[in-house]
Amino acid sequence: MLQKSLFKKPNLKLEGEPAIAAVPMIDCPGCRHRLELPELEKEYYVCPRCGYSHKLTARRRIGMILDAESFRELDAGMESRDPLQFPAYAEKLEQAKAVSGEKEAVVTGLGSIQGVPCAFFAMEPGFMMGSMGAAVGEKLTRLFERALKDRLPVIGFTVSGGARVQEGILSLMQMAKVSGAVRRHSDAGLLYTAVLCDATTGGVAASFAMQADIILAEPGALIGFAGPRVIEQTTRQKLPAGFQRAEFQLEKGFVGTLCKRSEQRSLLGMLLKMHGGKER
Amino acid sequence: MNAHQRVLAARSNLRPDAMKYICALFTDFIELHGDRRFADDPAMVAGLANFNGRCVTLLALEKGADTPDRLRRNFGSAQPEGYRKSLWHMRQAEKFNRPVLCLIDTAGAACGIFAEERGQSQAIAENLWEMMGMQVPIISVIIGEGGSGGALALAAANKVFMMETAIYSVLSPEGAASIIYKDAGKVAEASEALKLTAKDMLDFHVIEGILPEGERFSTAFQSVRDAFIKALDGYHGMSREQIRQERYDRFRKLGGGWV
Repeated sequence: MLQKSLFKKPNLKLEGEPAIAAVPMIDCPGCRHRLELPELEKEYYVCPRCGYSHKLTARRRIGMILDAESFRELDAGMESRDPLQFPAYAEKLEQAKAVSGEKEAVVTGLGSIQGVPCAFFAMEPGFMMGSMGAAVGEKLTRLFERALKDRLPVIGFTVSGGARVQEGILSLMQMAKVSGAVRRHSDAGLLYTAVLCDATTGGVAASFAMQADIILAEPGALIGFAGPRVIEQTTRQKLPAGFQRAEFQLEKGFVGTLCKRSEQRSLLGMLLKMHGGKER
Repeated sequence: MNAHQRVLAARSNLRPDAMKYICALFTDFIELHGDRRFADDPAMVAGLANFNGRCVTLLALEKGADTPDRLRRNFGSAQPEGYRKSLWHMRQAEKFNRPVLCLIDTAGAACGIFAEERGQSQAIAENLWEMMGMQVPIISVIIGEGGSGGALALAAANKVFMMETAIYSVLSPEGAASIIYKDAGKVAEASEALKLTAKDMLDFHVIEGILPEGERFSTAFQSVRDAFIKALDGYHGMSREQIRQERYDRFRKLGGGWV
């Protein structure tokens, strides 16, 4: 007769056995596969199985693109107030700050890429979808003005749903304001390169994103004026697959070239050097 | 009038469209079609005209006079070709050193597959870039609806005026209602919240003045005429660089007090 205990799980525990380290995991929104976070990080947050580009915070972009320890942030404390007293906006701002850990939807500053100094901005998708209100407009305008004064090229990563509705007309005015600063910077013969990321739409696409000397785009990024849902609602047409994606914009002639995350730093470094940038 | 009533008034078919202003205010208007790249967009009217004894470049977003005209003009919502047409004429104004006068009446830039394929965002971005560097005065009047980037593409100007019951907004009240309230029916609330009336614009220093409309069209025409004359008079003796600087400074301070 078999002993019942034979089927029992042995309750063995070795002295001093280390607990298995919990590897942080994340579900890929592209293929639903569970990915190990450190693995994903090595792949620049692009899913090795399906190629889905995970959203990147502004800080991660800074870490990925700029030379280590080179970044000096500007206007770090600048944040939007609530000029219209717009319903529920104050709470939304607090929420956005808590979720993103940022004070606003763009991080600006000075740094270097492969030793070449530049002014740099990265928009923060976690802060109200990177939308542009008075603070984002002011920070970007100051960055371009500073770059003009210091005769620095500007490298920028755009991620934005467009002008921030809750700040009304003042958001719209930022499009013209930033455009003015971009124009001045350009007139001085200085380089501005934008990398359009998922998603770059509305008032940001219709201003500084599309005003760069060189426009790069991340593969798969949605880039356009109106969002796809708005277009479908307005025109009652089904949009073709891949509509407004970076590959579509490349084909239509609005994007210079596509650039994978793993190659962005080297390409940007090369572009800076081709435009007279000297290693410091 | 509350905000929503103003939205309805700004969109009313009973108010004069841009072409009526053009006929009343300008002599010898020569309309010039086409963007020289792809097509002619009837939503954007462009050309040369005499105004108060001098040649000006005239740009207008035109909704149309009757239903067939409105359909032809896409209800004043310009395609990228419309903005590329105005871009061409602004460059001409810069070359021949003449002022640019703009009349704005649009719910917004055209939204659709064609507009996206041909780069609506790039077209507007290029207009803003060009306008912010121009060295001739640009004077704009919002005569009805000033809808979002499609309106701004003619309003990155040295001076902007609005008719009494015109509106100027980052997004249509319908769009705001569905985004903010998740309820497309809450248009009245959204109109109020967006602060889109001429008075609001004056309070935010987004416009230089409100123009009276009166009971008859002739009052509105006269007040736009007076505003253009007065604004243009201010540029006598101003250098080209000063004109550009004035525009830069105008936008530079907008929003800065709210951060």
